[in-house]
Amino acid sequence: MKYTIFVQEGPYNHEAADSAYNFAKAALEKGHEIRGIFFYNDGVINSTKLMDPPQDDRHIQKRWTELGEKGIDIVICIAAAKRRGIADENLAPGMRISGLGQLIEMGITSDRLMTFGS
Amino acid sequence: MSEEDQIPAKIMFVMRKPPHGSIYAYEGLEVILISAAYEQDVSVMFMGDGIYALKKGQDTSELGIKGFAKTYGVLEGYDIEKIYVDRISLEERGLTPDDLIIDVEVLEPAKVNEMMNEQHVLMPF
Repeated sequence: MKYTIFVQEGPYNHEAADSAYNFAKAALEKGHEIRGIFFYNDGVINSTKLMDPPQDDRHIQKRWTELGEKGIDIVICIAAAKRRGIADENLAPGMRISGLGQLIEMGITSDRLMTFGS
Repeated sequence: MSEEDQIPAKIMFVMRKPPHGSIYAYEGLEVILISAAYEQDVSVMFMGDGIYALKKGQDTSELGIKGFAKTYGVLEGYDIEKIYVDRISLEERGLTPDDLIIDVEVLEPAKVNEMMNEQHVLMPF
């Protein structure tokens, strides 16, 4: 099955980013395809490379970067990013900033769009 | 693209959150407007506190936030004409369609359920 993953919440404050990551990882392990991952609302904060959690905690941004570097298209909504201080200067590797149209495009070209929010 | 991809996809936006107090309704509306450019079969379902976004007489001046209720009025101009409201949610809040800023179709919960099942993409806000 071809999935799009839609993340509406930022890291740590809510479990959404963790659940989305766990879902993506499990889907890939089962041989499914991830059409893309789209970050919106506070979800865009998952993409800041300035994220620096305590060493004994999971590093949410690095997990996304690892997926991005495996070739999964990770898109950060530009309008939501601009509001929240995410720009090319602090964007983590393995992701790109683009428009909301990408979300619609991903949704209609996937079998399932999975939303992770609060 | 395969032939199947060219049939307009059914996309439903499910608006559940109140218009003020968080940004979901507003940023959700931005997605709805963008979706109009893709010539898909778009509908919008208001339920729960999401219905308050359509209530007449909103005044955000004291909140220091730009009101966006008027923007719902442009949906029709974007060819987004399938605007639905869940009957129970409406009644629970003591509202009728006359209290809303745009024309909506009021649906029974069973119909809401049925329509959600028909969608290719269901996007909640």
